[in-house]
Amino acid sequence: MTRKQRRLILIGSGLGVLAISALLVLNALRDSIVFFNSPTDVIEKKIAAGTRIRLGGLVKPGTLVRGEELNVRFEVTDGKSAIPVAYKGILPDLFREGQGVIAEGLLEPAGSFKAETVLAKHDETYMPKEVADALKKQGHWKEEYEKKK
Amino acid sequence: MIAEIGHYALVLALGLAIIQGVAPLIGARLRDDTLMAVAGPTALGQFAFIAISFAALTACYIQSDFSVVNVYENSHSAKPLIYKISGVWGNHEGSMLLWVLILALFGALVAAFGGNLPATLKANVLGVQSWIAAAFVAFILGTSNPFLRIVGGPLEGRDLNPILQDIGLAVHPPLLYIGYVGLSISFSFAVAALIEGRIDAAWARWVRPWTLTAWLFLTLGVAMGSYWAYYELGWGGWWFWDPVENASLMPWLAATALLHSAVVMEKRNALKVWTVLLAILAFSLSLIGTFLVRSGVLTSVHTFASDPSRGVFILAILILFIGGGLALYAWRAPTLKQGGLFAPISREGALVFNNLFLTAACATVFVGTLYPLAIEALTGAKISVGAPFFNLTFGPLFVPILLVMPFGPLLAWKRGDALGAAQRLISAAAMALVAMAVTFAIAGGGPVLAPFGIGLAVFAMVGAMADLIERTAVMRVAPAVALTRARGLPRSAWGTAIAHFGIGLTMLGIICESTWGIERIVSLKPNEAVTVSSYDLTFDGMISRDGPNYRQVSAKFTVRQGGNVIEVMEPSKRNFTTRETSTTEAALMTRGASQLYVSLGDANPDGSIAVRIYHKPLVLFIWLGAVVMAFGGLLSLTDRRLRVGAPKPARKSRGTLQPAE
Repeated sequence: MTRKQRRLILIGSGLGVLAISALLVLNALRDSIVFFNSPTDVIEKKIAAGTRIRLGGLVKPGTLVRGEELNVRFEVTDGKSAIPVAYKGILPDLFREGQGVIAEGLLEPAGSFKAETVLAKHDETYMPKEVADALKKQGHWKEEYEKKK
Repeated sequence: MIAEIGHYALVLALGLAIIQGVAPLIGARLRDDTLMAVAGPTALGQFAFIAISFAALTACYIQSDFSVVNVYENSHSAKPLIYKISGVWGNHEGSMLLWVLILALFGALVAAFGGNLPATLKANVLGVQSWIAAAFVAFILGTSNPFLRIVGGPLEGRDLNPILQDIGLAVHPPLLYIGYVGLSISFSFAVAALIEGRIDAAWARWVRPWTLTAWLFLTLGVAMGSYWAYYELGWGGWWFWDPVENASLMPWLAATALLHSAVVMEKRNALKVWTVLLAILAFSLSLIGTFLVRSGVLTSVHTFASDPSRGVFILAILILFIGGGLALYAWRAPTLKQGGLFAPISREGALVFNNLFLTAACATVFVGTLYPLAIEALTGAKISVGAPFFNLTFGPLFVPILLVMPFGPLLAWKRGDALGAAQRLISAAAMALVAMAVTFAIAGGGPVLAPFGIGLAVFAMVGAMADLIERTAVMRVAPAVALTRARGLPRSAWGTAIAHFGIGLTMLGIICESTWGIERIVSLKPNEAVTVSSYDLTFDGMISRDGPNYRQVSAKFTVRQGGNVIEVMEPSKRNFTTRETSTTEAALMTRGASQLYVSLGDANPDGSIAVRIYHKPLVLFIWLGAVVMAFGGLLSLTDRRLRVGAPKPARKSRGTLQPAE
């Protein structure tokens, strides 16, 4: 084999692996990305039931109900609209009413949301960035949410 | 006063870094020995001043000097001493100071132990290294000064984020930073080689120990971060494909590829241009990781505080070094000489295979991490790319690596014998098949992929030993002879085998944990019991206990197996009064390499408590594998070849022909 042929094999296999990984990436991006939406987005965009999304906002004060067998219900609001969320499991340490939260799960036909995971902030000064942006959009951003620097 | 000394020392370090970034480079250009000799003392001085600065900040923390803003915001007088010290880097400013401390340490090590380097290469390397130091020290002084004072200091501090009040903070960031920043040396060597326009096998021999050192610390740092998240967050998960985790995985993949391509370059003088590119990319990924974590683009527990001016500054550093490095590469790489030839089936070929797939895997992680950021910047839509994406991309690309890995060390350089290697791996393949059959028989209707995964892990682990078994002839000769042969083998052969074994071990742990792990989330009243795997857990009741700066409520669980009490577990919740936050402290029971994991949820008004219980079979193999890999790296690092004998650069006579075959 000449130097040229060997280099062709090398470049060819490089391109081959690149093509395989590009295919894998495109395929995975089609199926496994999840969009973030605020409650207002869900209503305005008329997102179809059964769609997997991340729902973010504040836990509406006074809506948290703990049921039997670790079932929890609460509403997520961005100040304009609110969506009821059902979750079964243990809520994060820093989950509180009036605080930012992101829930990932499926929209149900009745307009409620079935959460599979619930994420809250990591410490008392942290507000999920998506939630902060959604609140700003609805004009409900308050300075007190800003980090106490 | 101490804070001011620290600040002043940092300014002096910046001054020295600028001198070191200019004089030696000019010296190397003009072949002026006096100018080149500036590099050594300035590198040592720069390290000394940054060390003084770091010591000053540490002293402020130990004394709880709350007139320093950084200490006030991140410390508390009641905090245990270990967290006062580790709290120094538990915040943005301090962690950047640790970053430059390690950067300067590496520079000083090259200055002190690089005596066998050619003078111009050493001057160039230290000059380039110093540019990185200058940029980051300027970043600290300009946007993240840890020594700022408050007028009229408060009496008490605001305490450290409780999640960080853990031994993990004392271990994980330093290990990870030594890994991240250690790659800067490979980068500086690559840029220095491009500046000189000359590169040879000796270059690879100098770069390899530094890359290996960085790699082994990076391996430990990533594993430690994973284990910390596992026990501290209370979710029982050990890898979330979080962008911050990916930021540490990408440099690791690139560094792993670089280690392997540097071997080809050192032994066969081939793949030069590619190795230089990888060295630039590996450190670029470290910088991108630093940018992602520190700029506030992502929000996570690692983002201590975001400030737009910092993001812009780090982005500028990023563009300067990555853009500059790649531009220099594009300009100078074509002038580098072509290396030796090799057949596709050969040791080199196997290492190229490894490099192709590692970089492809690294690229998919890169896409998955940055795609959401790009989409948000372009369309405003917010998306998240989670575990399913990485399972579909990273997974399939890693399988061929593990499959081919045992073949690599068995193939000869230049032209290998695939059939011969396959014959020597027959016993490994047979054991893998047995493992698959046994798994299939026991697990039965479980996931189809699991037995294959187990088979692959066993093949990788046994196959990793094939080279050692062959070379010591342990199956054919008397044990004493085999032992003598084993002693005579180069340490790098042992290192390779052990590191490859480690990756198989990690894979085994990952497959067992993710396939046969059990998760139970239940609500229990006192004296109620629950069965998980073969263990019966009885909830006995709650106990309150106060720590130095928190209140703790624990739940007492008695664990029985077959009716006998084998352990009492006390998972707890801690409430940190200063920050009004709570953390979950999971309780772990280790049996062999498997763990029972109990973590508390909320207490209900009726006296019951929510609790998560996991049984995680062989979960410790995940991190043990990483430790084994790092140990393999350490053995390789102590190889005679890298210690003894100053490597000589290839003869400059450009007329000599390369050996054709």
